[in-house]
Amino acid sequence: MAFSAKQTFYAALTSVLIAGGAASSVAQADTTLLNVSYDPTRELYKEFNAAFAEDYKKQTGETVTLRMSHGGSGKQARSVIDGLEADVVTLALAYDIDALVENGGLLGADWQNKFASNSSPYTSTIVFLVRKGNPKAIHDWSDLTRQGVQVITPNPKTSGGARWNYLAAWGWAEKAYNGDDAKVRGYMRDLFNNVPVLDTGARGATTTFVQRELGDVLLAWENEAFLAIEELGPDKFEIVVPPFSILAEPPVAVVDKVVDKRGTRKVAEAYLNYLYSPTGQKIAAKNYYRPISPQYADPQDLKRFPAIDLVKIDDPLFGGWQKAQKTHFSDGGVFDQIYQPK
Amino acid sequence: MKSSLIAANRGALIAESALIRTVIVLVGVAFLALFLFMPLVLVFAQALSSGLGAYFAALIEPDAWAALKLTLLVAVISVPLNLIFGLAAAWAIAKFSFPGKSLLITLIDLPFSVSPVIAGLIYVLLFGSRGWLGPWLSAHNIEIVFAIPGIVLATIFVTLPFVARELIPLMEQQGTTDEEAARTLGAGGLKIFFRVTLPNVKWGLLYGVLLCNARAMGEFGAVSVVSGHIRGVTNTMPLHVEILYNEYNFAAAFAVASLLAILALLTLVLKTWLESQGAGNGSNKH
Repeated sequence: MAFSAKQTFYAALTSVLIAGGAASSVAQADTTLLNVSYDPTRELYKEFNAAFAEDYKKQTGETVTLRMSHGGSGKQARSVIDGLEADVVTLALAYDIDALVENGGLLGADWQNKFASNSSPYTSTIVFLVRKGNPKAIHDWSDLTRQGVQVITPNPKTSGGARWNYLAAWGWAEKAYNGDDAKVRGYMRDLFNNVPVLDTGARGATTTFVQRELGDVLLAWENEAFLAIEELGPDKFEIVVPPFSILAEPPVAVVDKVVDKRGTRKVAEAYLNYLYSPTGQKIAAKNYYRPISPQYADPQDLKRFPAIDLVKIDDPLFGGWQKAQKTHFSDGGVFDQIYQPK
Repeated sequence: MKSSLIAANRGALIAESALIRTVIVLVGVAFLALFLFMPLVLVFAQALSSGLGAYFAALIEPDAWAALKLTLLVAVISVPLNLIFGLAAAWAIAKFSFPGKSLLITLIDLPFSVSPVIAGLIYVLLFGSRGWLGPWLSAHNIEIVFAIPGIVLATIFVTLPFVARELIPLMEQQGTTDEEAARTLGAGGLKIFFRVTLPNVKWGLLYGVLLCNARAMGEFGAVSVVSGHIRGVTNTMPLHVEILYNEYNFAAAFAVASLLAILALLTLVLKTWLESQGAGNGSNKH
């Protein structure tokens, strides 16, 4: 009796294995494209992928299946280096794509010149998300270091968004204290003293703030802040736009080594080019990213982006990602010097 | 004799004042309610918060469906392998004596003592494209990490001890007398194994397989490291719960979580039944 059950079981096992094998060989008949992206782009690419697949089918008659992987930007880059076969990467900052060049030469060092505007089809910035009515009266970066204000931001070691947060604060402090290094560091130390918990990714920090209701202010991507309000109700949160912030350019790239191996270069390039098309720009603006060609976006969507004084990562203050990364976020860098885990 | 001792102890307990007894019982009940019962209720309450329609829609959504199929596939491959390995290891350890035996026992326990994250990372370091075997695998177009084989390997690693750990004490307790009797009656090695050893540990074996299966389906940490998190392809159910939660899709996240909870409850029911069966047969005395 027990043996007959066992025989049935093995028959079932065999059939499942065969079915699994058959299913995977069917899936390979279509062209699939894997886009490895960072945390807050989930909704953007959900909509964009559907639009692209439809357009590509219309243009070429070919069916393309788009696959997504999301996570903290640095962690995602690490996975691609370790062998996650991404045809395209759409990460939070150029440094994480540079890492793919340095570790394993997955793409050429000149990747950022391959597409328009530094390969960044949309930009964003860092804003504050506060609880409804702004009970702690937070309006500018100076308010973040006040006693009793709890600031939520992810860990700049693992999260791209967190690095933008950190550099925006640093940029403000440099300006406010006229470049007095001791005072800037003092400000940053006070700021991180007010941070009760460092999540690994931007989305984790957002759920900490909105779902676990920890902290008074969330330093967030502008798109992430808008999305949190849209998803969880404007009656609970509001956005505070500081007068000064940073221009965040999340870049995109084709991973040469992968597309050449898989023979997907044509569709991968078409995919990223479509981000620059009127439809792509419109979808980006709709999902709260600032489009680089605003003329294609819905004017209603554009109204949501107030003008802010924005510092760029290429500003001499930071000297580009390579230098900023080395100065601030490497082991023993400025962040390690000012931040003591509690 | 043991039972009379328990009865004596119980008598002593009853002698405690009613107040102390009530407080102790209340603390116990409150603890269970707070840490076990309430979270379980919460999972189902959240899952059904947007109605039954939304609940089932979340379960038949293609990505959730793919996650369910992947979870079952991983369990169907890793559990039988661990069954065979666990049985063989337990048989060798309990019935024979050989050099390196204690080393083998220690190795079997390794997955229990190592953090699951490490379990995932070792496979990335071994099979990842920058790992030891990475270049060779890549040249031969073999995908292991960030694909289904990696998920299966990581699952096998974390579930490896369950069957062996369940069987070793049982087999050691039973000793080798039955086998020796069979041998004197002229049975050969394989015949002894299938006719004597295996039936003796039947219930313990099923119990180990059950625990192994529960862990295989529920594993998060190790699988998360090697998965690559590709929606609809390398997302198991526990990973899919996290994804949905991070997308503010709380009802759907808890709907998928409730499936895992149902699985856990089924495991408990089966476990209780197996224990009663084992006790009835006198082969599972612990």
